Order: sequence, then C-alpha cells, then structure tokens
Amino acid sequence: MKRLDWFANPARFLKVARAVQPWAAGIALGLGAAGLYLGLVASPPDYQQGESVRIMYVHVPAAWMALFCYTMLAMASAVALIWKHPLADLAAKATAPVGAAFTFLALLTGSLWGKPMWGTWWVWDARLTSMLVLFFLYLGYIALNGAFDDPARGAKASAVLALVGFVNVPIIKFSVDWWNTLHQPASVLRAGGPAIHESMLAPLVLMALAFKAYYVWVVLIRIRAEIAAGKIRAARLRATGSAAL
Amino acid sequence: MSDLAGFFAMGGYGAFIWPSFGITLAVLVLVWIESNRRLKRNERALAEMEKGLGGRR
Repeated sequence: MKRLDWFANPARFLKVARAVQPWAAGIALGLGAAGLYLGLVASPPDYQQGESVRIMYVHVPAAWMALFCYTMLAMASAVALIWKHPLADLAAKATAPVGAAFTFLALLTGSLWGKPMWGTWWVWDARLTSMLVLFFLYLGYIALNGAFDDPARGAKASAVLALVGFVNVPIIKFSVDWWNTLHQPASVLRAGGPAIHESMLAPLVLMALAFKAYYVWVVLIRIRAEIAAGKIRAARLRATGSAAL
Repeated sequence: MSDLAGFFAMGGYGAFIWPSFGITLAVLVLVWIESNRRLKRNERALAEMEKGLGGRR
C-alpha cells in the first residue's frame, strides 16, 4: 500500500503520467506496426483455416484486453472502496470505456471470423454469451457512474457493480472448458504452454503488447482529464461556498 | 500487380479480414481522439477558471 499511497498524490501522479505517456505511445505504435506486418504479410496461412486465421491477430488480443481491462476496473474499484484512494476511482472510470471498446472489437472480429469458419455470425453459446454480458457490464458501469449529481456517489455505486460483475471474468475464461461450445479452447494461455507455432505466436504477442501499451497511453490521458475535471468541480464548489457566505 | 490483388483478396477471406483490422484500428483511433479532446477541453476550462479567480483576487 505504500506505493499506492505515493501514487495517490495527484500532482506526483501527473508528473509520472506525463513522463510515461510518450513511451506508452511509442511502444503501442511500434509494436502495433510490427504486429500488423507479421500478422498480415509475414506469417503463413493456417493449414485448416487458410488466410482467415489472420483475424486471430486482432480478435484474441482484443478479447484478452477485454478481460484485462475488467480486471483492472475491478481492482481499482476495490482499492477505491476499501482505501478510498481518489485516484483509484478515476482509474476505474478511465478504464471502463477502453474496456468496452475492446470487448466490442472482440465480439465484432469474432463475428467476422465465425461467419467463414462456423457458417454463422453468432451463436448463443457460453463463450460468446458471457462476452456479451461483459460488454453490458461495461455499459452498465459507465451509465451508473454518470447517473448521480454527486460524482462520489456514482463512483461508489459503479464500483460495487464492477466488483459483483467480476464473477463473469473466470466464467468467460473457463467457459470453453466447462461447456460444449463452437469456440475453440485456449491455445496460448493454457497448461503445458502455447500450442501454436512461433510464426503465429510472434504477431499475436506483438499485437497483445501493443494493445496493452495503447491501454496505458489512453488511460493516462483519461485520468489526466478526470483530474482536471475534479479541480474544476472543486473550484466551483469553493466559489459557490464563498458566495453563500 | 496481381501479387497485390492476391494480397488484398486474402485467399477469398478478404471481406472478413480487412473489416476486422480496419474497424479495430478505427475504434482505437476514435477512442484516442475522444480521450485527447476531453483532456484538452478540461485543461483549457481549468486554466481559464484559474485565470478568472486570480483576476478577482
């Protein structure tokens, strides 16, 4: 908790954020470009799926990010609820739209991959349905967060929703093992190591790291925006307070 | 030239692959633009407010 205390000082955080941001941006763009080249040009087609396997290089990293962002959202919400760190609320609020975007992309690219491989855009099976639930959890979080005049109440209510909704994360991860599904089981993050050739693992990992760096980049921008918004609110409160006196 | 056409055709899966990559890129760029706009707007409003308060003092 000592380190979290250190970061909880907004002035110090802003200094760190400004220093980290260009690095995150550079890593996201650099690894993203390399991942796109390997994924679209240099990697071989799959022996079963042909060229369509290339959708994996955006679909799988986006799905990982959907779960990663929700885990961040739940962790930040827990820190905010238990230790009342003001920055934790802002980090959760900043994460939600990014997580929603990645979940949307995982669903959309999954659909674009499902049509040629499964013959259907959508099936109501465990993996797909639990991902759709995740998308609605993000939307619910965003709506609830903004539903109160007092942002502190919105933050608290939505933090509880984020924690309750976390039960969905292991359900998504293990849905392909627990239920019969069209969706293939894990081939990278599984016991016994990745069951995928290096030529395909490389673009997958590069894209995943690029998405992570993108997350850091954009979330830092959004937290900085929230800090500024908080200062504006505080100044307005002071102004109306002194006018009332 | 036919090499390039073959690249874009993606073995007949181009209609599924290109939208996947294109929409992903578009969504990520849009989220970035919206985040930046939000930051610029709030920082500008804060700067104006601080200037206003300083003037009144």
